[in-house]
Amino acid sequence: MREIIGFTLMFIGVCFDAIGCIGLIRLPDLYNRLQASLKCVAMGTSAILIGTMVIAGLSPVGAKAFLCLVFILIISPTTEHALARASYISGVKLWEKSIVDTLKDDMEAGIKK
Amino acid sequence: MIELLIMILGCCTFLCLFRIARGPTASDRAVAIDILGIMIVAFGAFMSVKTGKEFYLTTALVWALLNFIGVLALAKFLENRGFDD
Repeated sequence: MREIIGFTLMFIGVCFDAIGCIGLIRLPDLYNRLQASLKCVAMGTSAILIGTMVIAGLSPVGAKAFLCLVFILIISPTTEHALARASYISGVKLWEKSIVDTLKDDMEAGIKK
Repeated sequence: MIELLIMILGCCTFLCLFRIARGPTASDRAVAIDILGIMIVAFGAFMSVKTGKEFYLTTALVWALLNFIGVLALAKFLENRGFDD
């Protein structure tokens, strides 16, 4: 029973990973790719680690899977934010059909550096 | 069952490698490297379940932390700042 639940969670996680990587290939510019793929892959990896925890139970493998889960949930939004801001400042253009750019307005008003 | 899941994850890894090879700017490559690192953590979890050994998850934990440090250093490098501040 535990293995069935764990493998179901792992299958869901692999599906999310696959959707995120297809988004990494298909979407038009850097910011769309960031917001589609990094969140999908973090969610999928979290589901895979929860599946590992369910299969392994209370054991060292389960404890390490829990630690990996906590680190993934801290790490992935931080790197996403840092990469998006750094690539905006380094001059990567938005897609030409993007309609809103509030960071540009803030920079022109001198609020943020 | 789990071999099938590992094969699907391997195909996703090739999609990431395609983006690393083709990415128009350096930021695209940094994003793809970040995603590749997170997927390697998932691969470590799969290998740990498949073989019952523990050190694959230790490797995955260390890989997640080193990936974090590396991608933050890449972001600061792209932002044209020094590594001091």
